[in-house]
Parts: sequence; C-alpha cells; structure tokens
Amino acid sequence: MSDERFEPKIVAFLCNWCSYRAADLAGTARMKYQPNIRTIRVMCSGRVDPTFILKAFSLGADGVMIAGCHPGECHYLVQNYKAMRRYEMLRHTLLAMGVEDHRLRLQWASAAEGNALAAAINQMIDQVRALGPLDWPRFWHENAGHQEAIARLPHEHAEALEVSA
Amino acid sequence: MTEKVGVYICHCGSNIAGKVDVEGLAKWAGEELEGVVISRDYKFMCSSLGQELIEEDIKKEGLTRVVVGACSPHLHEKTFRRACSNAGMNPYLCQMASLREQVSWVTEDKAAADVKARALIAGAVRRVQLHESLEPTEVPVNPATLVVGAGITGIQAALEIAEAGHKVFLVEREPSIGGHMAQFDKTFPTLDCSACILTPKMSDVGQHENITLLSYAEVEEVKGFVGSFNVRVRKKARYVVEEDCTGCGICIEKCPKKVVDEVFEVGMGKRKAIYRPFPQAVPKYPVLDTANCTYFLKGTCKACEKFCPTNAIDFEQQDTYLDLDVGNIILATGFDTFDARRIPQYGYGRLPNVFTSLEFERLCNAAGPTDGKIVLRDGVTEPKSIALVHCVGSRDEHYNPYCSAVCCMAALKFGHLVMEKTAAEVTSFYIDLRTPAKGYEEFYDRLLEEGMKFVRGKVGEVSDAARLPGEEGKLIVQVEDTLLGKQRRIPFDMVVLMTALEPRFDAKEVGLRFGISCSMQGWFTERHPKLDPVATMTDGIFICGVCQGPKDIPASVAQGAAAAARVQGMISRGTVLIEPIVATIHAEHCSGCRICNNLCPYNAIEFKLEEGVSFINQALCKGCGTCVAACPAQAITGAHFNNQQIVAELEGLLYDAARGTQGAPKPVAVPA
Repeated sequence: MSDERFEPKIVAFLCNWCSYRAADLAGTARMKYQPNIRTIRVMCSGRVDPTFILKAFSLGADGVMIAGCHPGECHYLVQNYKAMRRYEMLRHTLLAMGVEDHRLRLQWASAAEGNALAAAINQMIDQVRALGPLDWPRFWHENAGHQEAIARLPHEHAEALEVSA
Repeated sequence: MTEKVGVYICHCGSNIAGKVDVEGLAKWAGEELEGVVISRDYKFMCSSLGQELIEEDIKKEGLTRVVVGACSPHLHEKTFRRACSNAGMNPYLCQMASLREQVSWVTEDKAAADVKARALIAGAVRRVQLHESLEPTEVPVNPATLVVGAGITGIQAALEIAEAGHKVFLVEREPSIGGHMAQFDKTFPTLDCSACILTPKMSDVGQHENITLLSYAEVEEVKGFVGSFNVRVRKKARYVVEEDCTGCGICIEKCPKKVVDEVFEVGMGKRKAIYRPFPQAVPKYPVLDTANCTYFLKGTCKACEKFCPTNAIDFEQQDTYLDLDVGNIILATGFDTFDARRIPQYGYGRLPNVFTSLEFERLCNAAGPTDGKIVLRDGVTEPKSIALVHCVGSRDEHYNPYCSAVCCMAALKFGHLVMEKTAAEVTSFYIDLRTPAKGYEEFYDRLLEEGMKFVRGKVGEVSDAARLPGEEGKLIVQVEDTLLGKQRRIPFDMVVLMTALEPRFDAKEVGLRFGISCSMQGWFTERHPKLDPVATMTDGIFICGVCQGPKDIPASVAQGAAAAARVQGMISRGTVLIEPIVATIHAEHCSGCRICNNLCPYNAIEFKLEEGVSFINQALCKGCGTCVAACPAQAITGAHFNNQQIVAELEGLLYDAARGTQGAPKPVAVPA
C-alpha cells in the first residue's frame, strides 16, 4: 500500500442549474477526468453551508469543491455571490487552521462548460494529491483528550491574565 | 432506520455496464448498505419493463424508498418519480445516482469506476432514507400572455396565441413593430420581398382583437411566478395621444427639423424630429424625438401641434406605467449587429465606401434612402466592383467565436441583388460557405452560375493606400487566397462587411429581470439545447428567435410558433404544478435575527414584527436554499435539501474514508 500513489477523495457540491449540467455535458461528451471526485447536487451554490464543508473534511474528504454558475448567471439571480462571500471567509478560516488553500476550491462553470469543469476537477485532484492526505478523522482520534483540553482552556486563560504581584 | 430501500442499477445497455461492474455493485449495495432490502440490476431501467420492476417491488415488497443508479436526474428523474407514484409511493421518496454521466462516461479505469459508483450509491441510499413526502402545489394559469419583442419572431408567437383565442400583450421597445426584418429588402433563398411578407402580419397584429400592442414601451419589472406573473411596463411618452391620432402624417410633413435616422436607416437616411420609422409602421402613430425637436430644444415651433387636425400632439405627455397580469412570458428580443468599427483594419467609419451588411440592405431596399439604387457613399456613383467580406466579428477568437449563421446566405443574396441591379462584379471573401437548409445550397449553385466570384480566405485588411497601378482611388482588399496559397491584393469600388449577430447590449440585464440565464456571450439559455429549445430554466418563461442564438428567419418563425404552442399547452391545461422544493422557517427556533431577510432576491422572506420572527412566503420562494445555509439557529429547513439529508449524502459518499467517525457507515474494503 505504502508505495502506491495517494488517491485523494474530493467532494464537490454542484449547483443544479449550471455546474451539475456542466458535469452532465462532460459525461455526454465523454470527457475523461480523474475518478477522485464525488458529487452532491444542491439547488444553488448559495445552499452550501460552510458547516457542510467542515463536515466533509471531518468525514475524511481531502478536498471540497463548490461549483456554481458564473457571477451574473445564477439561476437565482445573485445567490452565487453569497456562496463566494462564504467561500472567502471559510478559506481564511481554514488557512488559519492549517488547511491548505487548494483543498477548498470555488469553481464557476456554466452549463456549456463541461470541459472547463473537467479541467478544474483534474487540476484540483492533482493539487490535492500533491498535498497528501488531510485525514481529519485520524486527528480527531489522536486528539482524544480534546474535551479535557477544551475544559481546561478558561482556567488557563484566567491564569494568563493574572498579573503577579 | 426502519425504511425499506430498493436499489436499482441500470446497465444502460453497455453505457454503464461497459465500465461499471453493475451486478457486483447491486450485490454490494444489497449486502453492505444499511436499509437496503432489495438490490437489482437491469438492462434498461427507464424502459417500461424496468419501471414495472420498481412498481412491483414497491407493491409486493413494501419498499418505502427507491434509489435508481442510472443516468443524470435531469434526464430521467421524472420517469422514476412517476413510476414510484404509479405504485402509490410519494415521488419525492425516490433518489437517483448519476452512474452514467458522472462515472462510466468520464472514468478511464474500471476499478476506479466501481469505487466511485459505490460511493454515489451509498450517498443516495443514506440520503433517501431521510427523504420526506412532498406534494407539489397546483396553481391556476392566467390565460393572458406577455410577448416581449415584436420582430418577426415575436409577431409570429403573438399571432399564434391570439388566433387560438387568448389575450396577448405585445411589448416593443421601438416605435414600430417589425424588427430587423422590416429593414431588409429581399429574403434568401426565395428572394421574397421582405416587406411584402412581413407587413401583412404586422397589420394583423395591429388589428387583432386579442392583441394589445404596447409599442415604444419596455418591461421594467417582473414579479410572481408561472401562472401568475405581474409585469410592470413603462410606456414611453410619444407626445402624441394615440386615442386622437389618425396617423395622417401631416405633423411629419410639417416638421421643419430633419435628423439622421440612426436606428431604422442605420445612419443612411434622414427622418423628421416627429417620425414614423417607415411608412408601413404599426402602430401608425408617430413618435416625437425630444432630443431633436425644436420646441424641446428652443421652446418655440410647435408646427406639428398647429397643423394636427385632431389636436393629438401633447407636449406635456409623461411616461405611463401599466401593470399587467399574465400567466406566461415569451421573450423574442432579437439581436444587435456587430459594430464594425471594432475591427479598425477593415476601415469601417474611416473609409467611406466600406459598408456594413445592414447598411447595404437599406441601399438595396426600394423604400430605402437611395430608392433601391446601389451607389457609393456620395449617393450617385454606381460601383463597378463590390467585395463582400464574410465573418466580420464571427468565427474570430478576438470577437465572437460562434458562426452567425445567416451571413453566408445574406452575402449570396447581396451577390444576386448586385448583379440584378447593376453591372458590377461581385466577389465574396469567405472562410467556409455555410448553406445548411432547404434550398440554400441550390441558391449557392445559382449564384455560381450567375457569375458571382468566390475567394476563399479571411480578409486581412481593407485599405485605400494604392501601391500598384490600377489601385488608385479604390479600396484594396488584402487577403490570403487559401485555395491558391497566395497573398492577393484586389481593388474594389465598394466593400460590404457581413457583420456578426450579437446579443442585445442589455441582454444580461434583461435576463436578470426575467430570471433567466444567459450564455457567456449573452444569448439566453434554453432548458435543453436539443429537446427543450424554447423553454427556460424558469417555468413560464420561454425564449425564441435570435435572442437564443443566431438563426435565420425560417428558424426564428418556427421557434416563435413553438413557444406559442408551449404557452397554449399551459393555458389549455389551466393549472400548473409548482415544485415543493421551498424553504420553511420554524418560528419556534427563529430568534428574529433577520440575517435571512436580505438574502432572498425574490423578497420571499418577511419579518413579522408582532411575533418577532421571520416568515417565508412559499409562493415566492424558488428553493435556492441560501437562507437555509445562512440561518445561525438552523431554524430554516429547505425541503428535499435539508441539512440532515445533505450530511447523510456526504457520509455515504465518503463511506470508504469515514473510518472511526461516530455514526458513519461501517467501513468497506476497497476492491483492489
């Protein structure tokens, strides 16, 4: 196993109107892309709750893609802008947590852009493969004592604030 | 979980079975996935036998949930929902996994395809168990229809619906209906006179008892949903009272101010400050152009008012707003032509005898500025040689990558008209000649026989810099003749640029207003490029003609009629089912923070002040789920896409990654 190439698992949230149809088109046109991506259809990229992304990582995903209609082309007029805002905030949060930039990707793909979506999927898989496994579930396991650690926090905080006479 | 799930894996002939081990997948799902009581594979699930298989299992085995691993849900979700419904199960308790478009067709490696297929099935099985029964709402369809744009396409659509006995509101931005077709001289390949076939239809529209024509008007706002849209139309001030005007035209005759007509005559001819774009205009009422009217500029004149026999001129007139209730909307907003100035090396706007194709149409037109005489810009000299330059702004990565579909045939038509009306030689510079419809290739053959010349090559430059004898005073076309394999310089008296068709300058804005999407270029997007060409993703809004993509008159008319047929279908059914995929706020969890209030582009969320909670008007909700994702208290649920369902699908998709996580499905060995 160890000398085998690492195969990342990536979850993609595709909006029903543009990017899921782009994926359909990639299929109809028999464009081949790497199999490491698993898709969830949502009505709009605006439906993607940032906690879904954290949940995906905690369930063992090595990367998450959010794909929606191009700005200005959203089926729900402007909701992809909201996805964009959330993505930017979550990206910063994840970076601060040590999760590399390429593990979360926001991709615009119109219903006509099967090739663009396939290329983006391939690129993201290559990038995440180069980063290696994220393996959040393992870290949960290793940090089995995290509940106690959290319980200790306020105490440590109070101690740090105490000024010695 | 107590749900009994049936899993059905489709072979799709060899489309799925050729890549995915379908039997193995069905067996695995039956053995390894929690909740699955039956798991089968079948050659074609979408066939009637395949559907019966599901129906029988629901009835006999008491299935409560169904998962179909087949093609994209966009293709057959309806089919399988109907099958479930036939067997007495709520159709929303069925879930599809796209094994074809997302696995077998896009994956090279068979083993990898198996792994991915399992993940998708596992996701669907976990998700479907949390599905809830949903009922679509039935709403009535208002039989009145709004048609936007009254070119030939909109006219055809409006007439079809009106003839069927239903009310139509036809809105046109310009003072007259007719669109681009009214500007043309002849139509290819039959050479019918454009006005002769168009104007009878225009007057039918003007006189039809079921058509309310709103010319010189624009749609400002669209509210509501399929079956009952509320549309606000701004009728621009004409400064002519339509009820009093007889259309006698004395005001036009007496108006002392002449201005260049940039719209109908594309700058080739003049009109008065109070004008009708062309004599057969429908409606017949003139429009006063305040930017040029002497009274509006200087405060005196009023010649039109003085001479009007019915006192129909009203200088105080204001824009008026009309609120219309309609059940369906047809958009036929047409196209703009490419601005040839964007290609400076072709010299348009700098070299006087370089024309655009629309200008040339006006030159050929007997009702045009030269009474149909093909002459140079000086207005008198007949050209002895004319070059027709194809693909100006089309099939060019710098401008538009697409083919404009009509220019080749229009160039052939011009070739014929030139040879019919003048003694000039006419040469076409083409990349490829595209003549793909009834009678088109025959027309090309006819032009070859008539002596039109053809040079294959994209023109590099049109210049007036003479270098060789015989080039003085001429326009020199520089081209690589790709059949001879040679650079050539050919002098001409006149050059006509066959300009591309482009989306309307405001197409994206209009798309937003009506809630439909555009392609990158700005063409409106149809529901399905082949099987649903006039419907859009927004129910009740249809598109036809060139606003959907470049096409010629026969195709536009066919689409106009098709859109009308779709609308008539909606009207005769009388009611329409609205998807129950909407969001709901659970008041008991709502803290009244109002974060969701500003997120909804449809204003479906209102804040109830007395109760201190937000509320969603489900008739306005389109089900995007943005508010669901934003609610910090999780007080909003999105039907069919709730948090639990999505998280369950995630858990299933990552079935082989989620080891050791609480609540995850038991790990399964990945096949080697």
